[in-house]
Amino acid sequence: MADFEIPVLNEIPVVPAPKPGATAHLKSFPAAKQHQEPLGYPGELVDNWQTKAIEVMGELLGKYRSLPVFLDSCVKCGSCADKCHYFLGTGDPKNMPVARQDLFRSVYRKHFTPAGKLLGDLVGAREMTRELLDDWYNYFHQCSQCRRCSVFCPYGIDTAEISMAAREIMDRIGLGQKYCNEIIGKVYSVGNNLGLPLKALNNTLEGLEEDIEEDTGHAIKFPVDVHGAEVLLVTPSADFFAEPHIDGLIGYGKVFHQAGISWTLSSKATEAANFAMFIGSYENMVKISRRIRDAAIELGVKRIVFGECGHAWRVAYSFLNTLAGPWDFLDPRYPVPQHICEFSNDLIKRGAVRLDKSANDHMTLTFHDSCNVARGSRMGNFEGGQLVIPRELIKASCGKFVDMHPDTIGEKSFCCGGGGGLLTDDLMELRVKGAQPRMEALKQVVQNDGVTHMASICAICKAQFTKVLPYYGMEMGMIVSVHQLVSNAILLGSND
Amino acid sequence: MSILFAVLFYAATIVLVAGLGLKVAQYVRVPAPLKIPTTPAPLTQGGAAFRVAREVVIFESLFKSNKWLWAMAVMFHFGLVLVLIRHVRYFIEPVPMVITLMQPFGIYGGLLMIAGLFMLLGRRLVLPRIRYITGPSDLLMLVLLIGIGGSGALMVNFVHTDIIGVKAFFLGLMTFNWQKLPADPLLYVHLALVAALMLVFPFSKLLHVPGIFFSPTRNQADDARERRHLAPWAAKYEANKTMP
Ligand code: HEM
Ligand code: SF4
Ligand code: SF4
Repeated sequence: MADFEIPVLNEIPVVPAPKPGATAHLKSFPAAKQHQEPLGYPGELVDNWQTKAIEVMGELLGKYRSLPVFLDSCVKCGSCADKCHYFLGTGDPKNMPVARQDLFRSVYRKHFTPAGKLLGDLVGAREMTRELLDDWYNYFHQCSQCRRCSVFCPYGIDTAEISMAAREIMDRIGLGQKYCNEIIGKVYSVGNNLGLPLKALNNTLEGLEEDIEEDTGHAIKFPVDVHGAEVLLVTPSADFFAEPHIDGLIGYGKVFHQAGISWTLSSKATEAANFAMFIGSYENMVKISRRIRDAAIELGVKRIVFGECGHAWRVAYSFLNTLAGPWDFLDPRYPVPQHICEFSNDLIKRGAVRLDKSANDHMTLTFHDSCNVARGSRMGNFEGGQLVIPRELIKASCGKFVDMHPDTIGEKSFCCGGGGGLLTDDLMELRVKGAQPRMEALKQVVQNDGVTHMASICAICKAQFTKVLPYYGMEMGMIVSVHQLVSNAILLGSND
Repeated sequence: MSILFAVLFYAATIVLVAGLGLKVAQYVRVPAPLKIPTTPAPLTQGGAAFRVAREVVIFESLFKSNKWLWAMAVMFHFGLVLVLIRHVRYFIEPVPMVITLMQPFGIYGGLLMIAGLFMLLGRRLVLPRIRYITGPSDLLMLVLLIGIGGSGALMVNFVHTDIIGVKAFFLGLMTFNWQKLPADPLLYVHLALVAALMLVFPFSKLLHVPGIFFSPTRNQADDARERRHLAPWAAKYEANKTMP
C-alpha cells in the first residue's frame, strides 16, 4: 500500500535512535506564483533572498517577544527532544524540536548576537546558505505546530512559534508552501478552504435538510444569511461534505433546533479555519478574521459559535479578540466566541437538550485531544475546561468511554500528524509516520479496553485519521465527530 | 596580579550588568502581540506569576518531562544556590547570622553541584540524542562550571587559601579602597574562571535566567476572551475595520 515502511506500534513506547537524514527527502510542494501573489508575497525566490531573509528576521525579532526569548534561552537540555511525534515516528534528528529550532537559531546567532558574529561555529552560528534554506523549507514543513514540545520545555519554548516565523520569512523571500498558500488564496477568492462556491453549498445544505427530515421526521434547518438570527455559526468547510465531519454538522443543527435557538451560517464566512496562523502571517490572519466580524455585523447576530475545528478554535479563542475585536456589540452574557461543545454541553446540563445514550451503545469511545484545543485555547470558565467539556459531552451521549494512556492525552496529547499545514498528499509519508505515537496509544485501548471508535473535534484530525488509520490496519470509520455522537443520542421533539 | 584581577573584575561586572540590562531591556521593549500561553494555563495574572515561580523554583515542566534530567538539574542548580549563599560572606561585613549558619550547607552544596555537573556532562557524551544537539559551547560551559566548582572545592577541602585576604580584596574593590589579593595559584584559577563566566553570561545560553521570566507561554494569563490584548505595532490594522 505504501512505498515506505510503516512504523511498528509497540506495547511500550520506544524512543528511536537518531537516523540522520531519514526525512530529508520529504518536501511538500512549494507555492507557485499564483499561490504567492494573492497573499502579497513574491512569486518566486527573490535575487537577494539572503539579505532579505535576514532583514525580515530582524523585523520579526522586533515584533514578537517570543522569538528573542526562545532563541536566547534554550540550554540544549534535550527535554523536548523525544516529545515530537515526527521525531518519534521518523527518527530524523532534525525533527527533534531543539534541532528544528537550531536551524533558525544558527542564523540568528550569526547575524544578531555578538557571540555568533565573533565565534561562529563554536556557538553554532551559521550563514544562511542555500543548503540551510532547503533544510528550513523541509523541516519547518515537518512541524505541525502542535506545541507539545513547549509543554515539556523548562522555559516553555514553543517550536511552533519558530516554525511560524520561519515560514513567514520564507514566504516573504518567495519560497512559500503550496498547500497553505493556495488554501488561503481560496478563502480570499471563493470564501473557504475547499473552494466550495455558495451555490454548491446551498445545494448541499438543502439535500442535507431533506435527508434528515426523511431520517428523523423533523425539519432540521441549515440556514444561510438569516438576518437577526441569535447565533452566527462559523464552521470548517469540511463540515459541509467530508466524512465524518458532516455527521457533526448534523449534530449542531439538531442541537440548535431542539434548543429553539435561531442560528445562521454566513455566506461571507463559510470557513472557520485560518491558515494564516500556520504561515505566521499576522496580516493575513487579520484579513481572514475580519470576515467573521463583518458577517456578524451584517447579520446582526448576538453570539458567535465555532464548529469543531482545532486550529480554528485556537485562532478564535486566543486571537479573535485581538485580530477582529472588540466584540462589545454582541450579547455580553456570552463569551465571544463560544465553542460548539461549550454551547451544547451547557444546554444538556441545563436540561434544554436531552440525550438517550443507548443510541450509541454499539460503540466504546475514546477521545483524541486536538493539539490546538488542548494546548492553545480553553473552553468554559475554568482552567482545563477544553479537556473536560468535550469528555462530558461524549459521556453524556455514550455509555462507554475509555481514555488513552495519560501521557498521550490532555496537555500531553499527541498530534494526529496532519496539523499545521501538513495535511497534503505530498507529505503522506510524514503524516503516516507522525501518526505513530497516537496510533500506538489508540491500539492499546482497542486491544485492552475494547474501544471501537475515537472521537475528535478537529476537521484536520478527522481527515488525517481517516487517511492514516488503514495504514495501521485499523478502520477509517473508527474516527467520529463529537457532535455525531450527540446527533445519534439527541431526543428530538417535545422536551417533557 | 592584584591589579590585573581588580581590572578583570571591574570589567566583568560591567559587562555582566550592562549585557543583562540590555537583554532585559530588549525583552521588555519587544511586545508579545498574541496570547500564547501553553494551556491549560492560569486564568489570572497572579496565577501566571505563580506558574513562572514554580518553573524557577521546582523546574515544573522539566519534572513532567524527564525525572532523571530533573534530578541532575536540581543537584546542580540547588547546589549552586547553596554555594552562592555561602559566598555572600566574602562581600558583606558584618556577616549576617543566617549566612554563618548556612556555611556547612554551602560545602555540601558545592559537592552536589559538581556531582550534578559531571552527570550532565556524562549525559551529553553518552546519549546519542543529546550528543546530536550538543555543540562545543555546551561542553565548554559545563567544563567551565566544573572548573570553578572544582577549584573552589579544592580550596575549601584541601589547599586552604587566605580567605580573610580574599574578603579584604573584594570589599576593597567594592569600596574603591584597593587591597592586595593573596598570592595563591589555585585562587587565581578560581577567580579567573569566575570572571570568564561573568563575561560570557549575557552572550550565552545562560540567558535562560532572564529568559524564563519573559517566556510568553508561561507568563501570560489565559484571559483572551475577557481582555483584549493589542500590541502597539498591531494597532495599524485597527483602521478600516467595520464598525457596527
Ligand atoms: C532563575 C534561575 C535559574 C533557573 C530557573 C534555571 C533553570 C535551568 C533548567 C531548568 C535547566 C535545564 C536542565 C539542565 O540541563 O540542567 C538549566 C540548565 C542549565 N543551567 Fe540553569 N537555571 C537558573 C540559573 C542558572 C545559573 C545562575 C547558571 C550558571 C551560572 C545556570 C547554568 C546552567 C547550565 C550551564 C545549564 C545547562 C546544563 C547542561 O549543559 O546540561 N543556570 N537551568
Ligand atoms: S510544535 Fe509539535 S511538531 Fe513542532 S517541533 Fe514541537 S512537538 Fe514537533
Ligand atoms: S526543552 Fe527547551 S531548553 Fe531544553 S533543549 Fe528543548 S527547547 Fe531547549
